[in-house]
Amino acid sequence: MEVLLGITGKDFTLIAASKAAMRGATILKASDDKTRQLNKHTLMAFSGEAGDTVQFAEYIQANAQLYSMRNETDLSPSALANFVRGELAHSLRSRKPYNVNLLLGGVDPITHKPSLYWLDYLAALAPLPYAAHGYAQYYCLSILDKHHHPDITLGQGIKLLTLCTDELKRRLPVDFKGMTVKAVTKDGIVDIEFDDDKVVKSA
Amino acid sequence: MSGIFAINGGACVAMVGKDCVAIACDLRLGLQALTVSNNFPKIFQYGDVFLGLTGLATDVSTVSDLFRYKVNMYRLREERDIAPRTFANLVSSTLYEKRFGPYFVGPVVAGLEPKTGEPFICGFDSIGCIDFAKDFIVSGTATDQLFGMCESLWEPNLGPEDLFETISQALLNAVDRDALSGWGAHIYIIEKDKVTKRLLKGRQD
Repeated sequence: MEVLLGITGKDFTLIAASKAAMRGATILKASDDKTRQLNKHTLMAFSGEAGDTVQFAEYIQANAQLYSMRNETDLSPSALANFVRGELAHSLRSRKPYNVNLLLGGVDPITHKPSLYWLDYLAALAPLPYAAHGYAQYYCLSILDKHHHPDITLGQGIKLLTLCTDELKRRLPVDFKGMTVKAVTKDGIVDIEFDDDKVVKSA
Repeated sequence: MSGIFAINGGACVAMVGKDCVAIACDLRLGLQALTVSNNFPKIFQYGDVFLGLTGLATDVSTVSDLFRYKVNMYRLREERDIAPRTFANLVSSTLYEKRFGPYFVGPVVAGLEPKTGEPFICGFDSIGCIDFAKDFIVSGTATDQLFGMCESLWEPNLGPEDLFETISQALLNAVDRDALSGWGAHIYIIEKDKVTKRLLKGRQD
């Protein structure tokens, strides 16, 4: 029941991930950060099997940073997305594949175009204007289909995200302990204050 | 509805015309019944040769990337573009290399023979058995529907404009009867010295 959400707008990409670290029916932690920064303008959110997620994400993070140090240039979000896909596709046909779903959000350092990449554990890659992983897909994609526009502002993006999390609070059977929300803009990655204490009554 | 080939959905078709060939695909990427993307093209261009790939989305990407690499290496070695028939044999042998752990794809190749200008199309199973055809090749989750449409609409010696109309109607009407494919289409019409790519908007349901 992990939640990953991503929304692009006019000049930003929003990435949100649930704060609950779960193991079976138990919540082990209510302030988990399921995101890693790959470089100045690319952020990756992950969900999936417990050990695999952080291990894979930090492997990607290390390689992205190694590239930046060696070449004194950052890889673009699209280049990183294809690199991650290659690594995950390679792992898929190994003895023990990584079971990780990813959202990769970024803003191109040259064109300033925002982008969002959806990647599942099979390494199917899709560039999308908005995306979700897991059960959140069933609740949020239809809301985003109706309300998303490619040229929304950051404020409108956060409102749209609230619309999604409200529905998740209403319909998901467990408390996912709120969301860590981050926005990628041309100036870098910023943490967004998000009201987790808002109570949404079920029907 | 079940099986690895039908997880993501998708359809592809190629047709022969008079001194031209056409290849078309849908744009859907799904997870079972849930549509994730409506902009996932399944046709890839390598010089003058076109490859359509349906099946498991991860393998569509993996295989298309692999052939981009192989065709680029061929071009450097031979200092010329690869011919459709040669490419078909490359696809066949590459897929058979993975005989006991295959890529879950249904490839379709289309192009014109570089010397004669003769139309060439063929299809494959996932382990590289080539299916040469004089008329049309279909692939993907809408194969049954595509066979029916092609069988009734296709005729020999269609010109480029008529071939475009035929392949478009065949694909569009086939994917509308398949829950796992559709959401728009890419159509390529390949002539001696011209390639026309058209984006078709299909039913968005």
